[in-house]
Amino acid sequence: MGYEAGKYDVAVIGAGHAGIEAGLAAARLGCRTAVFTINMDAVGNCPCNPSIGGTAKGHLVREIDALGGEMGKTADECFLQMRMLNRGKGPAVHSLRAQIDRRKYSTVMKHKLELQKNLDLRQAEIVSIEKSGDKWLLETRMNAVFECAAVIVATGTFLGGKIYVGDVSFESGPDGIFPASYLGESIRRLGIETRRFKTGTPARVLKSSIDFSQLEVQRGDKPPVPFSYDTDSLGENKVVCHISYTNERTKDIILKNIHRSPLYGGKIEGVGPRYCPSIEDKIVRFADKPRHQLFIEPCGLDTEEMYIQGMSSSLPEDVQLDFYHTIKGLENALIMRSAYAIEYDCIDPLQLDLTLEFAEFSGLYGAGQFNGSSGYEEAAAQGLIAGINAALKIQGREPFILDRASSYIGTLIDDLVTKGVSDPYRMMTSRSEYRLILRQDNADTRLTPLGRELGLISDERWRKFNEKQELKRNEYKRLRQTVVPPSEELNDILVSRETSTVSTGIRLIELIKRPQLGYEALKAIDKDRPEIDSNIFEQVEIEVKYEGYIKRQEAQIEQMRRLEGRSLPKGIDYGEISGLRLEAQEKLNKIKPQNLGQASRISGVSPADISVLVIWLSQRKKD
Amino acid sequence: MIVLSSSTIAAISTAQGAGGIGVIRISGDKALTVADRVFKGVNGRSLSEYKGYTAGFGHIYDENERIDEAVALVFRAPHSYTGEDVVELSCHGGVYITKQVLRAVFSAGAVPAEAGEFTKRAFLNGKLDLTEAEAVMNIISAQSRSAARAALSCKEGGLSKKTDEICSALIDTSAHISAWVDFPEEDVPELENGRLISDFNSARAALNALISDYDAGKAVTQGIDTLIVGKPNVGKSTLMNLLSGCERSIVTDIPGTTRDIIEETVNIGNVILRLSDTAGLRETDNIVEKIGVERTRKRLEECGLIIAVFDGSKPLDREDMELLELVGGTPAVAVVNKSDKEQLADVETIRKYIPSLIEISAKNGEGLTLLAENVEKICETQNFNPSAPLIANERQLFRIKTARSAIDECISAIEEGFGLDAVAVALNDAIDSLLELTGKNAADTVIDTVFETFCVGK
Repeated sequence: MGYEAGKYDVAVIGAGHAGIEAGLAAARLGCRTAVFTINMDAVGNCPCNPSIGGTAKGHLVREIDALGGEMGKTADECFLQMRMLNRGKGPAVHSLRAQIDRRKYSTVMKHKLELQKNLDLRQAEIVSIEKSGDKWLLETRMNAVFECAAVIVATGTFLGGKIYVGDVSFESGPDGIFPASYLGESIRRLGIETRRFKTGTPARVLKSSIDFSQLEVQRGDKPPVPFSYDTDSLGENKVVCHISYTNERTKDIILKNIHRSPLYGGKIEGVGPRYCPSIEDKIVRFADKPRHQLFIEPCGLDTEEMYIQGMSSSLPEDVQLDFYHTIKGLENALIMRSAYAIEYDCIDPLQLDLTLEFAEFSGLYGAGQFNGSSGYEEAAAQGLIAGINAALKIQGREPFILDRASSYIGTLIDDLVTKGVSDPYRMMTSRSEYRLILRQDNADTRLTPLGRELGLISDERWRKFNEKQELKRNEYKRLRQTVVPPSEELNDILVSRETSTVSTGIRLIELIKRPQLGYEALKAIDKDRPEIDSNIFEQVEIEVKYEGYIKRQEAQIEQMRRLEGRSLPKGIDYGEISGLRLEAQEKLNKIKPQNLGQASRISGVSPADISVLVIWLSQRKKD
Repeated sequence: MIVLSSSTIAAISTAQGAGGIGVIRISGDKALTVADRVFKGVNGRSLSEYKGYTAGFGHIYDENERIDEAVALVFRAPHSYTGEDVVELSCHGGVYITKQVLRAVFSAGAVPAEAGEFTKRAFLNGKLDLTEAEAVMNIISAQSRSAARAALSCKEGGLSKKTDEICSALIDTSAHISAWVDFPEEDVPELENGRLISDFNSARAALNALISDYDAGKAVTQGIDTLIVGKPNVGKSTLMNLLSGCERSIVTDIPGTTRDIIEETVNIGNVILRLSDTAGLRETDNIVEKIGVERTRKRLEECGLIIAVFDGSKPLDREDMELLELVGGTPAVAVVNKSDKEQLADVETIRKYIPSLIEISAKNGEGLTLLAENVEKICETQNFNPSAPLIANERQLFRIKTARSAIDECISAIEEGFGLDAVAVALNDAIDSLLELTGKNAADTVIDTVFETFCVGK
């Protein structure tokens, strides 16, 4: 054993998107916190796409922000281009996506950690983790030993990382940074099972070697909308992206060389994410598709590296060169960094409970890719929840658990720890059964009061939040109370929007309710409209229009919460409850659900098993 | 998913085949509201105004159609079996009527009770003690075993094949919407409203076919409890034997020979009749025969179909008229027998009570085809396709109806101009409801399909 180097309440292993939120949350809640990074220049690194957000992921960022997390604010500070995706597909699925300056993002995040009170950012490779009484001991490669009350493992793709490019493979973390080669073994020694997942990234290409003249341009929104409820305005978009396509020749080259792929050649054992297939995967699995779309995205303002989204690959470098060159605009592209696949150790998240603490190891938490997820935003969301819960536990406070009806964060964590994963988990809007309620526009309404209660929302932010809620209520009232008299002007609008005309006065709320109409359409006749944040109009309009659907989901949520409210005590041996079927006993013992609702979502636990649990619980209460 | 006391549940609480009345029990917060929607008291007061432990007489309606007369018993929480508000509707017994009433109660907002749910609620509300709870657990696990068997047989059967077919078309649509929504940067083609509506309409039509086949299907697959009734010596046993094609009952010319109810299953047209020949309906002092008569009266009230036999060669008498009164709302065919003799019975009087009437000569083996046609008509099985898949029980029927109304919402969401996210919400409800028959999870199924069907990247 090495030398005693210090004591912390919370230690976070890894300073990626999960580690950052975990460290900041724990420190902000008053815990002495250490964040260990294997390389000080890799804090908040974005080794894959230079963007934050996207469908469902944008929701996660808004929710993280609403709870007092950092990702949204930093993305705003480093944004290059903002786009609200899915406009016109319905308000539930509007999602914000930012192109960001990846180097700046990393710098800003690192600086925030450095400035954070109660937080020490330290470069060290953690090589062992051991239990000592009710504390954990972490040892670094340099033999420093830290004693910590709680440990959050957020190792990303570093843990046992191995890069593959064709026949070439070597142990490495992302971007060629050295991996965490020892910690995995130490974790397995604790009795925690690990598995291998893989992911991949495309090439980076020199901007001046790309011929943009023939390519379709993709611009940002005007005006760009920020992620954070703290960001007032963003200024102009700074870059554009471009779109190109693969073609028959790309396909030919890839198919001719498919045997040289480590995945198809059987060298990689790790399971890749279904949602993020490599280009060779897409071409093999969807052989009928004549072409695949790709995006060319700038990596920053002070770099000429361009990211080729949609073209990740683990084929040998010479094959990569050949197929990238078949693409319009990339005929003469200079590849600055090659595409690669990376394989890493992660855990089966069924071993965790809803606070992201290991059920069998008090004080040990997991977050991010280590838990079998994928994506910066999914990682940050878990980091935040693990950090909050580690701090709450140390302080003897009640755990903080978001249920599925509260947020995408709650849905994500429930999916991970209740259903488990078979490939890296990505958030999608279709994973939520309550998506008309879990919108990105109302993340603050849903979560900021909870963040305030935790102590993560500043007085100023809380004041602004309440002000906004007040304005929203007033606007509702105004819509209900304002009667618009029939007029030629109004009927002209109604006719032009193909909705029925009126001959008597009509309440404004009834007009807004019509799918064909909205604030925009009614501008001319709504003379007393207050000058308030357009986000308020947006929220009010959605809630008025979708009232029926929202009410219906609220009723479903109420039912769900009745089950959710019945907690299952820790330490139950389900094998002793004779009414349960064998499969249910086994699954329940493995997953250890915290309440009946969670138990009901476990595959293999039937409604009849839940009935048995209900009766068993009530019986127990009476004993 | 099990619903914990949030919903109002209903079920037929009397066992089938015992008791002259059928009791439909409704329990939950909205029990009175639900009951008020189907029950109209003769005194004009709504049940919501009733105190606990009171009863009202009135009629049961399904929408505007009067189904039956009934007594409503009101219990106020916590003074009821379950500890919740409870209304018990006592209507005429018999599978047909009680199920009609139950269906009306579902339409009025109640949901089917899960196995043992009344008892479970009673226990949870402290109405049962611990030893009783032990027994409840046994009941529930027993029921879940049979439910599992039922699910298995349903899984292998035509119904799940059919619902799977409907469901998988809906899942494809949902997956398409998901892929289009969740991967906006991929070139996933947008779904045209016209195509969506036509997809939804065909799902709707398929569900409708299942629903309309339900009643007919039961007559065809499970058979209908059928009573052959009539006063002594009108030819019931001869008719029965004619139907079953063998000498099953003891036939003599002495009135009162048949004393017991005899079970027989026969095919007539495409309907299965579970036939009972009964003791003649006649006041008697013979104690053995008296048992048989009482049993008959009971059975009359709870069977699914009555074949009422009259002697065409004699004028109608008091017993015939009593029989006609007893038939009540139960579906019935009047068989005026002995058409080979001079006809003295007033056929038009019979027809007033039982519109479906045929004249035959059972002894000469005449009129069977006519009887078959009438039975098919009454059971609405004339156009029934025997290879069509079938809904097995009221619970499945409820799920399928729920799916249909969710599909209706999908269509109206599109027509009213809502976004596809609103459509997707209703669509997933429809899928959930259908998947509940086989116990899969909608979200996971849809997502798996997204990745199988669409080439999507991040």
